Amino acid sequence: MKLSDEQRALQETAADFLAAHTNARKETDADAELWSRIVELGWAAVQVPEDLDGLGLGPVELVLLMEEMGRRLARTPFLANVVLAQTALLQAASAEAQQRALTALAYGERTATLILGPGLDAEPASLTVKARRDGDGWVLAGEAAQVLDDGLLTHAYVAARIEEAPGVALFELAVDAAGLSRTPLEVWDLTRPQARWCFDEVRLTADARVDDPARVLAGLARTRVLAALQLAAEQVGGAAQCLQLAVDYTKERVQFGKPVASFQAVKHRVAEMMVRMETARSTVLGVASRVAQGAQGSGLDDAALAAEIAAARVQASEAYRYCAQEAIQLHGGVGFTWEYDPQMHFKRAQWASQWFGPTRDWREALAAHLLDAA
Amino acid sequence: MSMNEQEFRQEVADWMATHLVGRFACLKHRGGPGDEEAFPALRKEWEQELAAGGWVGLGWPKAHGGRDLPLALQLAFHEEYVRAGGPGRIGHIGETLMAPTLIALGTPEQQRRFLPGIREGREYWAQGYSEPGAGSDLAAITTRCWPGEDGRWRLQGQKVWTSLAHESEWIFVVARSTPGSVGREGLSFLLVPLDQPGIEIHPIRQMTGEAEFNSVFFDGAVTEADCIVGKPGEGWKVAMALLGFERGVSTLGQQMHFIHELQLVIDVARANGAARDPAIRQRIADAWVGLQGLRYNGLRMLEEDTGSTKVRPEALIYKYAWSNWHRELGQLAMDVIGVAGDVRSDDDAVRRLQQVFFFSRADTIYAGTNEIQLNIIAERGLGMPRG
Repeated sequence: MKLSDEQRALQETAADFLAAHTNARKETDADAELWSRIVELGWAAVQVPEDLDGLGLGPVELVLLMEEMGRRLARTPFLANVVLAQTALLQAASAEAQQRALTALAYGERTATLILGPGLDAEPASLTVKARRDGDGWVLAGEAAQVLDDGLLTHAYVAARIEEAPGVALFELAVDAAGLSRTPLEVWDLTRPQARWCFDEVRLTADARVDDPARVLAGLARTRVLAALQLAAEQVGGAAQCLQLAVDYTKERVQFGKPVASFQAVKHRVAEMMVRMETARSTVLGVASRVAQGAQGSGLDDAALAAEIAAARVQASEAYRYCAQEAIQLHGGVGFTWEYDPQMHFKRAQWASQWFGPTRDWREALAAHLLDAA
Repeated sequence: MSMNEQEFRQEVADWMATHLVGRFACLKHRGGPGDEEAFPALRKEWEQELAAGGWVGLGWPKAHGGRDLPLALQLAFHEEYVRAGGPGRIGHIGETLMAPTLIALGTPEQQRRFLPGIREGREYWAQGYSEPGAGSDLAAITTRCWPGEDGRWRLQGQKVWTSLAHESEWIFVVARSTPGSVGREGLSFLLVPLDQPGIEIHPIRQMTGEAEFNSVFFDGAVTEADCIVGKPGEGWKVAMALLGFERGVSTLGQQMHFIHELQLVIDVARANGAARDPAIRQRIADAWVGLQGLRYNGLRMLEEDTGSTKVRPEALIYKYAWSNWHRELGQLAMDVIGVAGDVRSDDDAVRRLQQVFFFSRADTIYAGTNEIQLNIIAERGLGMPRG
């Protein structure tokens, strides 16, 4: 899990660039420019295979980028486009569909999101969009209540239930498809915009179905698990920033003639934040390294992969919520105000703790793995 | 994983399978903190068996009788050792604390005199840092030492919480050699033979009922002139260098026993039905999650460049993280065992978990209490000002 020189360079570039160019409080108009610069830096090409003109890198590089984006609450389609849509294509799509879409997604000719069940649940029973055959083509109907959609999208990959085996298919559609309506939602976390998507008899041609039926179910399940690891990295970055904010503020805030940072009660709180955040960081990085090795063939099966990522997910979710809560407390009265940043992390931490399933569900899945095997 | 490592792992596993048998079979998963009273004599014979197999001093330089193996293989050894049920190492303090300190800071004579006894399992070591009035504040040490007219050093004072002193031949002692000095100045680091008239060892009975710690009283005890490491008055530096080795690969190896302990909890939960309780399921999953955190944090600590002088967060948080995890595991184990936990069990697995429950109350106290750890993390890791 030791980083290579190239990986360290990527990490440093990302930290510097995002520190200079993100501001979670800016007007949304600036989002498009930030996203196009990120694409220019090649970050959207990181996990795209080299034969599709990508960089052919993997989960470790993505983890490094996601951590820095989480630190700065970057409002970009990176999670939707790279972590979700690209991963779904890599894990569940036919080779032909991959060829058609991945290069475009890597270089900003397209920007996509992924639609699974609510909160990005990949269980077939939770999917709320249905597909039925219509001659050679398909018709999508239904509603996706909360889609990651920041207005910059051009495309979506939609997992829909169908009648025939295996019961789930992945469709590609453009956001201007007839019958599709997108209604922005009033979200608490303003840095993670969402919309309700209604599919009113959206007609698609035959080639809009992009999955490889033999691996669509397992592939979408794996997409959710791999994306949860990346979200965990983002959570670690957010937790790290909460810690930094708390340390900086308590060092400058003077009470009773001393900086409050010199009080043991305060020191113990920030130290506890650091323990939880660094433990989660170690696990995220370690698991990402194992996944990267697995990609080279030395093997994590799906159950072992899910268990390892569950550990990262549980730690990161709880570390972020804990650190955001403590950052508010350690800022005293101003911690409750709109003007100071802890509230933004508090909202992001809450959002992140629910999408891809709450920690309770990840723990129960682990318990089943540990306790119920024959 | 390289083929080299896989072959090495197989070699360790094969060796353990053919040696941890017969009279040694009763040692499986025994010993270690909280269980040090288990078969001490037989465990010393096991240490010699290990030494004969070439499994002691894996990371030491070849010039000092070690094998100079890379970190990955040392770690692989510890993992396979624990997987096979290898007992807690009674030679741990000598091998992983005393020896690296002597290799780094001892004289060639000291290295020749002491390293073979450690490596061959003939001489065992105890640690003489803590004092009743000092705790984690080593600078408050009051045990005194002074050179006599014959050139030999003499000691007066008391050390406490000394693991396995009654099973050891030697103790290393941090004592005040400059009368009237305070704090870190004026301390010396001495190697002292335990079997002599000037030393009394009194066991301290723990809440588990066992006594693996001791108080050690020095009343004019002596050691030879050349049994001082570093210069007189520079003992603080030696003591801190030794503590640096405490976070080494073998400590991580020791904690791999945690995997076994969690498995015991799982086995009990499955056997008595606690595994169906949703709250217990969440806690068992959480224990596993925490163990992955310790494991990956430990790997990160070991794989980082050890030559780097910058403060490494993963190393700073390590002790606090593992000791709290272990304490939680003890509580979880007893909640899984239920009312049967009130009775000393004669089932080895349950008894082991009862020991973990009680002994782990010490984990968050020795080697720096939780409160000291949090101060260190805040001040060294986050640059918070001293109060």
